[in-house]
Amino acid sequence: MVTSITDFMDNWGAEIWMSFIDTMIMVGVSLTLAILIGLPLGVLLTLTGPGKALENKIIYQILNTVINILRSIPFIILLFFILPFTDLVAGTTIGVRGVIVPLVVFTAPYIARLMESSLLEVDRGVIEAYEAMGIKTRHIIWHVLIGEARSSIILGLTIATIGLIGATAMAGLVGAGGLGDLAYRYGHLRYQTDIMYVTVIILIILVQGVQTFGNRVSARLKKD
Amino acid sequence: MIEFKNLTKVFQDKKREVKALHDVSLQVKEGSIFGVIGYSGAGKSTLVRMANLLEKPTSGQVLFEGKDLIKLSGSQLNDVRQQMGMIFQSFNLLKTGTVYDNIALPLKLTGVPKAEIDKRVAQYIQIVGLQDKLKVYPAQLSGGQKQRVAIARALAHEPKVLLCDEATSALDPDTTEAILELLSKINKELGITILLITHEMNVVQKICHEVAVMEQGEVIEQGSVIDVFSKPQTETAKRFIHSLFNDDIPGDLFRKLKTNGKLVSLSFIGESAGDPALAMVTKKYDVFPSILGGNITDLKERPFGRLIVHLDGSESEAQKAIHYLEESGVIVEAYTKEDPTHGN
Repeated sequence: MVTSITDFMDNWGAEIWMSFIDTMIMVGVSLTLAILIGLPLGVLLTLTGPGKALENKIIYQILNTVINILRSIPFIILLFFILPFTDLVAGTTIGVRGVIVPLVVFTAPYIARLMESSLLEVDRGVIEAYEAMGIKTRHIIWHVLIGEARSSIILGLTIATIGLIGATAMAGLVGAGGLGDLAYRYGHLRYQTDIMYVTVIILIILVQGVQTFGNRVSARLKKD
Repeated sequence: MIEFKNLTKVFQDKKREVKALHDVSLQVKEGSIFGVIGYSGAGKSTLVRMANLLEKPTSGQVLFEGKDLIKLSGSQLNDVRQQMGMIFQSFNLLKTGTVYDNIALPLKLTGVPKAEIDKRVAQYIQIVGLQDKLKVYPAQLSGGQKQRVAIARALAHEPKVLLCDEATSALDPDTTEAILELLSKINKELGITILLITHEMNVVQKICHEVAVMEQGEVIEQGSVIDVFSKPQTETAKRFIHSLFNDDIPGDLFRKLKTNGKLVSLSFIGESAGDPALAMVTKKYDVFPSILGGNITDLKERPFGRLIVHLDGSESEAQKAIHYLEESGVIVEAYTKEDPTHGN
């Protein structure tokens, strides 16, 4: 038993580690970019909605429709569907670099929706109190809207991160590697079930860890 | 200080137009406490929110120190808003910030230097009496304490005016009393003008100098609190005052007493509240007063009393007695019973 674990690690340790790093890079970079795009979109969606501070039917409808369309496409289709766009933005369509663009396009609209639902929970009265004090709108957005919703935003981002980890499993189709790819190539295509189980266990631990971390941070930020 | 001129507000619903305000004109004098009272839906909340343009009028003018707010640019309006504090029924504090953060953040965002912020937080938390709660989050405070924090937050901008949108409506009677005392103190000691709206007559009675009664988007009666209390002109004003004294007499008794003598309500203000005028009446005229209900209360620190009296006796003697009472400064009105189906 002990020798078999050692053997397994000798044979597969480096490969698993590389895949883990690939997954972390894909998730980390895509998540950062998706937040940078999704959060402002979520704010815009919240503020331009019907009956809101910057109500604007045109902007709201366009955003709403685009987000819905992007969210209707399964990631595996999106990955190929936007190849020309990926090439244009990233200069390549393969490898970790090539998969980040579709991952961002997949995750940013999701984050925008999650942000919207978090921001809509913020008490209208508090925003009004800050308007009454003559505070600038951009300060209200940052300090009141986002500040008050932060606990709920973190929970939303936790959900988005886990969705993103799932999506990276398909990255292998464009040669980007990662844990999902490892499980698929060796575990499924080559019937090496032990490597499949190990990667699945690693993914489970990763998802559990992310969720627990997100819950803890969110609870700490919640003050009521 | 604040002047509303011919304000009209129409809310456009999908199906119909709702007139929230109709040609409302009011003037709030510097240094006074002005109360607007009305039942819910009377348009008073819309009105107070127009003082700082949280709500924009469909037509009319809002003047603050002579400036028409509607003509101001966004940043000019923000400057004016910083001179007007506002407190709300639901307090509207940041849940994610401590008491200190709640008072300090708006100051920071309006460019007040750090040292000055700390000075003001210390000063105004003292005024509202919550010095030991600076590090506490609003969730751990009672309703009255939250409203005190909101008041400190408003005062920290050192405003000229404080707008109160049903500021005591969510509080219990004791806490309401304490908050009203605080508002009165702020008005007296800091010289801040207060415009408040409420549906509770005791709020007006305790702290207001002037009052306007609103109904269906219109001001139907206004004047000094003493005048409106002692000689209410409209049915709504009478009902509000009635709510304060609760001088209802049972229907059976009312019908019985109506058949002979006179049923009157007597109002005593200031000095006349202390005089034994009613006792004198029994000595001078052949009438037998029986007191059916009554109350004495403070109207902005002047005693204000009201009695419901049945004067048993001949028509002419009762009439003379009423005349005598009026001579002695008592306001006499025929007591009419409210139709129980009327009003809310």
